Amino acid sequence: MVVKERIKEAPFSVVNNETWKKPIYETHGLNLWYGTSHALKNIEMNINEKEVTAIIGPSGCGKSTYLKTLNRMVEIVADVNISGSVTFKGNNILGNAMPVELLRAKVGMVFQKPNPFPKSIYENVAFGPRVHGIRNKAMLDMIVEDSLKKAALWDEVKDRLHKSAYGLSGGQQQRLCIARCLAVDPEVILMDEPTSALDPVSTHKIEELIKAIKNDVTIAIVTHNMQQAARISDRTAFFLNGEIIECDRTSTIFTNPSDKLTDDYINGRFG
Amino acid sequence: MQLSNQTIMMKKMKYRIGANKFAKLLFMLSAFFGLGVLAVLFYQVFSQGIQFINWQFLTGKLSTQPERAGIMGAILGTFWLMLVVVPVTMFLGVGTAIFLEMYAKKGRLVGLIQTNIANLAGVPSIVYGILGLTVFVRLLDLGNVVLAGGLTMALLILPIVIVASQEAIRAIPSQMSEGSYGLGATKWQTIQRIILPAALPGILTGAILSLSRAIGETAPLVVIGIPALLIPFPGGILDRFTVLPMQIYYWTLDSSLVAEYANLASATIIVLLITLFVLNSSAIIIRNKFQKSY
Ligand SMILES: Nc1ncnc2c1ncn2[C@@H]1O[C@H](COP(=O)(O)OP(=O)(O)OP(=O)(O)O)[C@@H](O)[C@H]1O
Ligand SMILES: [Mg+2]
Repeated sequence: MVVKERIKEAPFSVVNNETWKKPIYETHGLNLWYGTSHALKNIEMNINEKEVTAIIGPSGCGKSTYLKTLNRMVEIVADVNISGSVTFKGNNILGNAMPVELLRAKVGMVFQKPNPFPKSIYENVAFGPRVHGIRNKAMLDMIVEDSLKKAALWDEVKDRLHKSAYGLSGGQQQRLCIARCLAVDPEVILMDEPTSALDPVSTHKIEELIKAIKNDVTIAIVTHNMQQAARISDRTAFFLNGEIIECDRTSTIFTNPSDKLTDDYINGRFG
Repeated sequence: MQLSNQTIMMKKMKYRIGANKFAKLLFMLSAFFGLGVLAVLFYQVFSQGIQFINWQFLTGKLSTQPERAGIMGAILGTFWLMLVVVPVTMFLGVGTAIFLEMYAKKGRLVGLIQTNIANLAGVPSIVYGILGLTVFVRLLDLGNVVLAGGLTMALLILPIVIVASQEAIRAIPSQMSEGSYGLGATKWQTIQRIILPAALPGILTGAILSLSRAIGETAPLVVIGIPALLIPFPGGILDRFTVLPMQIYYWTLDSSLVAEYANLASATIIVLLITLFVLNSSAIIIRNKFQKSY
């Protein structure tokens, strides 16, 4: 299959609200192997600042792998070989130039299954700031409150901050995980199917939350839910068998895709 | 099969219900057999020894005259021994487990180490005694003091502590450490703040249980050479010492000469059992307390 570069707007693009968006992530010729299995093939893709980029595609096509490459979590889980370049704000993140701890402070991650730590709600949110050296109690209090407010969870938990995070519902736990990310003031949040384990009401809350925080943070979200991608994302990338088939404005992808495969997938003709 | 045939079904039913009752009886008997033997043992020990436990016995020095003999020396010896065993096994045991689970790349070498640790757990304690005698008592020239005994005991229970700690660490879902790495924590921060707190109940339970084994163990100390009688109370880890189970051993050995020694041995067994009971209960309490907190 031929790799198609469809990021016509890059590096600067005019978007519907008439502001200039520039790419925060640029990926060129990215290949990734798990042992001998070639999981990502020659990926060319940009992620624009302060936009929501949705990544869609059938199971096993490499969406999670790509997302985890962006904060180099992929190296923790398995032995991988990577070639090509991924730059974050102009710096190549694949070499040793940027410590992964610094990268991950700027690029948070929300997982498919909510994974709060076995600690109190407060300690969960304060974990990131503490890890990065903030000890001042008043400062931590402020960060915790602020992050929980941004994650639209404050009102529900303000009376039980020092109770276990495991006492929260699944949807609340996922918003706590988003608050935990926000507490380190990231520039990007990567979300891997963040609502696939949640009920419709919780899903709705998280979608609203994403729309609210996208003015401050860039979001890349993997989702199996086409409507979700259409509802919340500015741009959409379609992955298939480790390749990127098409990456364009979400409205274009959903109404007038350039590739027949994209059209087929979106309309449920395969996948 | 014709389920509708009532008489056949009733016949089978009788058999099934009978077998059901029999199975229950069988399992109850096997459970009560062990408990029964234990009860007899307790009864014997307590009836023989309980009237010999008094303040003088608990705090007195060792003596050849049964009515004046006390076990303070052995109690202190056990205490000093644990003071060596606990830090050494905790540090080496938890450290090894962390290395194997968190740092070492899974490969041949780690597999080999792993198999060896499992095998070491099965090595008879007297072999550790010979190791302790050769290395600590003779080679390092420590003599048969608390430090040499403690290091030997530490090696003896080390494999158990390693395996228990490894299992405790492995039981933590990988999403926990991924969440921590995802926030920019280093490996050491993740170990400190996520892995160890979550693994602590498991580690402590394993450590305390293996400690009770070390408290009751005699064979390695026999090999190292623990004096039978009349040494001053040990005041530190470089003094010669005796421990509770050694005292039981010597008194039982000599009970053919002085009949009352058998009673003293029983009394000491009671003290030892109570110590072990307290240790094991605290292991359970610690586990429950930590597990409840989240
Ligand atoms: N740890 C791993 N070791 C080996 N191969 C892996 C590993 N993780 C993923 N793969 C393989 O890489 C390919 C891409 O996997 P990935 O998890 O990125 O897919 P995905 O698009 O996220 O799928 P899903 O929608 O099911 O989450 C798959 O073929 C998968 O089997
Ligand atoms: Mg995935």
